[in-house]
Amino acid sequence: MIGKRIIPCLDVRDGRVVKGVNFAGLRDVSSPVELARHYSGCGADELVFYDITASAEGRKLFTDVLRQTAESVFIPLTVGGGINSVEDFDRVLKCGADKVSVNSGAIRDPSVISAAAKRYGNQCVVLSVDVKRVDGAFHVFAKGGREDTGLEAISWIRRGVSMGAGEIVVNSMDTDGVKGGFDLPLLSAVCDAVRVPVIASGGAGCIQDFVTLFHALPRVDAGLAASIFHFGEVDIGELKQTLMQNDILVRG
Amino acid sequence: MIAIVDYGVGNLFSLKASLRCVGADACVTSDAEVLARAERLLLPGVGAFGDAADRLRATGLAGVVRDQAARGKPLLGICLGMQLLFDKSMEYGEHPGLGLIPGVVRPIAEVVPAEWKIPHMGWNALRFPGTPHPLFRYIKQGDFVYFVHSYAAMDCADSTIATAEYGAELTAAAARGNVMGCQFHPEKSGDVGLRILKAFCEGGEK
Repeated sequence: MIGKRIIPCLDVRDGRVVKGVNFAGLRDVSSPVELARHYSGCGADELVFYDITASAEGRKLFTDVLRQTAESVFIPLTVGGGINSVEDFDRVLKCGADKVSVNSGAIRDPSVISAAAKRYGNQCVVLSVDVKRVDGAFHVFAKGGREDTGLEAISWIRRGVSMGAGEIVVNSMDTDGVKGGFDLPLLSAVCDAVRVPVIASGGAGCIQDFVTLFHALPRVDAGLAASIFHFGEVDIGELKQTLMQNDILVRG
Repeated sequence: MIAIVDYGVGNLFSLKASLRCVGADACVTSDAEVLARAERLLLPGVGAFGDAADRLRATGLAGVVRDQAARGKPLLGICLGMQLLFDKSMEYGEHPGLGLIPGVVRPIAEVVPAEWKIPHMGWNALRFPGTPHPLFRYIKQGDFVYFVHSYAAMDCADSTIATAEYGAELTAAAARGNVMGCQFHPEKSGDVGLRILKAFCEGGEK
């Protein structure tokens, strides 16, 4: 049986981790490479690097830190942010990424999903979706959650999978930042719709939220979070220990 | 020296880095002479079996690898590189492999229950059917490694040295003398994976 994955997400701007982090023993708290090593050592199953850089120089710094990370951290690395074309896939895969996540780029031009899946395989293409309820319906938001696309989320996700997306990151904007737990109704609807791995994102505030997630929705494959790991509110080692005690299979 | 066989498929970045991490002197090459001089060979691979097998033959490296294996040189195939070691694959038609380990590569959908997700992707625990193979001397049964695959070697019970449970018992690693293969990615399996690579690089598999 496959273990449930715990995935810390690092937002990177100009080669530095954006959100302030504070761990004992880390010399440079905003170095993505050091933070990645730290998380890998704590038992993180995978890492997501999210590039929120706008400039070309920032892009270059991002691929530099990605390369340095992949040289010393030997767990799967997913890269997202600013991925609009197969060339963007190529750029980050060459620097050691294993999977690439598309979001706004795929909304603008869905053919990037099929083109990338054809070249690199479905397992390489992650569709990341920002979802928010609008008048009771799940809407897809673009541009970091700033723009309501009007697309219905479940049909968009279904379409993404049929075009070749091999994994879905579901980020609920309704629960994100609230720290009241993952968005179970949304995640349940996504699990009903597709037969590829589903990663839950948005809403985790404590260890119990992960236990609740995997107990309520055994079909969810992974839980992703950022600030609760960065601020040390949830320790990954302790989280995995608790999941094991609750009969949820994780990599020890 | 460890030579990573470069036949133009896949991203060798992590594999090179992981070998460096365990202190191995590794090079990536398509040069038959370098492959002949190397102490051990690593056969990587991602993508579709047919394309990879064609490319391995077109570059002339299939013959080199087979020849070196026949001379007793330790060879480790990884992921699709492991599948290439078998007689043939049924991925999109029927394609011959290197025939170094008896067995056939088939879709795991044939054995995994219908409601399970395919590919088999994520961290799964290794089970050893008998005495652990020397490749696993630095790890233990139950350790997790990282898999991404939709096809697996079957009809190879005699050479199976590790399995993973996924609604069926999938071949996770196989060996026949000096020829070994891992379906999972040791270069993406954290410390456990590095310890497997270290064991391979140090030798002592016989």
